[in-house]
Amino acid sequence: MSLTVLLAVVWRELLRFRHQTSRLVSALVRPTLWLVVFSAGFQNVLGISITPPYGSYITYDVYMLPGLLGMVLLFQGMQSSLALVFDREAGMLRLLLTAPAPRWFVLLAKLVAAAVLSVVQAYVFLAVAALFGVDMPALAPLTLLPALVLGGFALGSVGLLLTVYVRRMENFAGTMNFVIFPAFFSTALFPIWKVQDSGTAWIVDVIRLNPFTYVVEMIRFAAYGRFDAPSWAVTAAVGLSAFLLSVRGYDPQKGMLGRKPRNEG
Amino acid sequence: MPAEMTAAAVAVAGLSKGYGRVKALDDVSFAVPTGSVTALLGLNGAGKTTLFQILTGLFVADAGRVSVFGDDIAAAPVRALGHMGIVFQQPVLDLDLTVRQNLAFHAGLHGLKRHRAAAAIAAGLARFRIGDLAARRVRELSGGTRRKVELARALVTSPRLLLLDEPSQGLDTRSRSELVADVFALAAERGTTVLWATHLVAEVAGADRVVVLHRGRVAADGTPAELIAAEGVDSLEAAFLAIARSGAAEAA
Repeated sequence: MSLTVLLAVVWRELLRFRHQTSRLVSALVRPTLWLVVFSAGFQNVLGISITPPYGSYITYDVYMLPGLLGMVLLFQGMQSSLALVFDREAGMLRLLLTAPAPRWFVLLAKLVAAAVLSVVQAYVFLAVAALFGVDMPALAPLTLLPALVLGGFALGSVGLLLTVYVRRMENFAGTMNFVIFPAFFSTALFPIWKVQDSGTAWIVDVIRLNPFTYVVEMIRFAAYGRFDAPSWAVTAAVGLSAFLLSVRGYDPQKGMLGRKPRNEG
Repeated sequence: MPAEMTAAAVAVAGLSKGYGRVKALDDVSFAVPTGSVTALLGLNGAGKTTLFQILTGLFVADAGRVSVFGDDIAAAPVRALGHMGIVFQQPVLDLDLTVRQNLAFHAGLHGLKRHRAAAAIAAGLARFRIGDLAARRVRELSGGTRRKVELARALVTSPRLLLLDEPSQGLDTRSRSELVADVFALAAERGTTVLWATHLVAEVAGADRVVVLHRGRVAADGTPAELIAAEGVDSLEAAFLAIARSGAAEAA
């Protein structure tokens, strides 16, 4: 389990990312647009009263920011799994899987690479939000780091698990359509009590069951220097289970790989 | 003679693999002597690629064992893979990375430290006469050059065993003959054991041993001279065709 293997995998992802500046731009344009447009449109509709972790009345853009950070992680997690599906189609996955390292370690290296890219993008978006004058505690960039790292890992794991089941690029395009859904059914864009007030109980249930809600709340509390244990626990559990299931899925003895012939000759 | 000199580099014993009702490999056994260039000849669909996928740990056999320098691929995959350099049938390169970056990535995957990797990469690029292309993106290179990059990559870790799965596929005549010359020169110089799967007999006419795979079974196994004599023909090509024909007749 050499560190060299880990570094090689991360290094390649960073190199590829650097070549694809359009990826960074598109990863940032979406949340920025939401931040600017939604906060302009909803600022006066959705005032957020004092609920933890907020100590005072806040404006909608301030409320949205942790949710948008979560979305940056979510999209990068999916992007990384798309890259892995692409690696499989281009054959690069074989190179990874025939490396003399335990398979779980190679997958972990892929996950670290995904998390690194996620966290980097989250910070860039944080800087963009600061430019737009969205308030955050001065220490937020520091207190956010552990939450962003865990969130990046967890959502990267979910993406990794997807690659076990979504085997082809074309199918993945369809899957990407649904990536936005977890954001709708979570506390990323509106607090849960707003939905409770509206009386749509089933949506409240979905929000409570949605792991992404916990990622967002973990980030939200961390931004204000507070540790929300339940959301950390749920995020870590989801990430770990998804990773373990992925390792199982990539095991040629047990998983999906090796069942079907490919390029038989 | 020390044991490791006499032991087989690759020992395949009783290997079977099926996909549903189709048997891709049926009780396949053969050995690749250490230091030899062994050709694995077979028509399309003979089971060569399935065999390679099991050899490299990508697939698991239904029955049988494969050991590489004494390390079982199923029981000790990390050690077994550590002995190998692989050139896959389908080109496997990151097209957006440069030649050097592709090689460095591979060196890292095999745990080579940076300074050792740099030296090995420089030597590999020089051997295949592509040193001047090191900073070029793979996307810009021709198919023949890409194959050289893949060969150079497989050798960066100085493997004791080189696995080639139809490496000349898609190459023009000139690139193909260069590839053949490069591999045989390498085997002679370094004593690297080579297992070379192909359906093109001319490429492996100079091999030390030939294993003919037909419909998932070993149809012949011996030196080229032995195979030619056994079939009573005058060339390895004719011997291969005769073996394949009799195999087909048997099946019919």
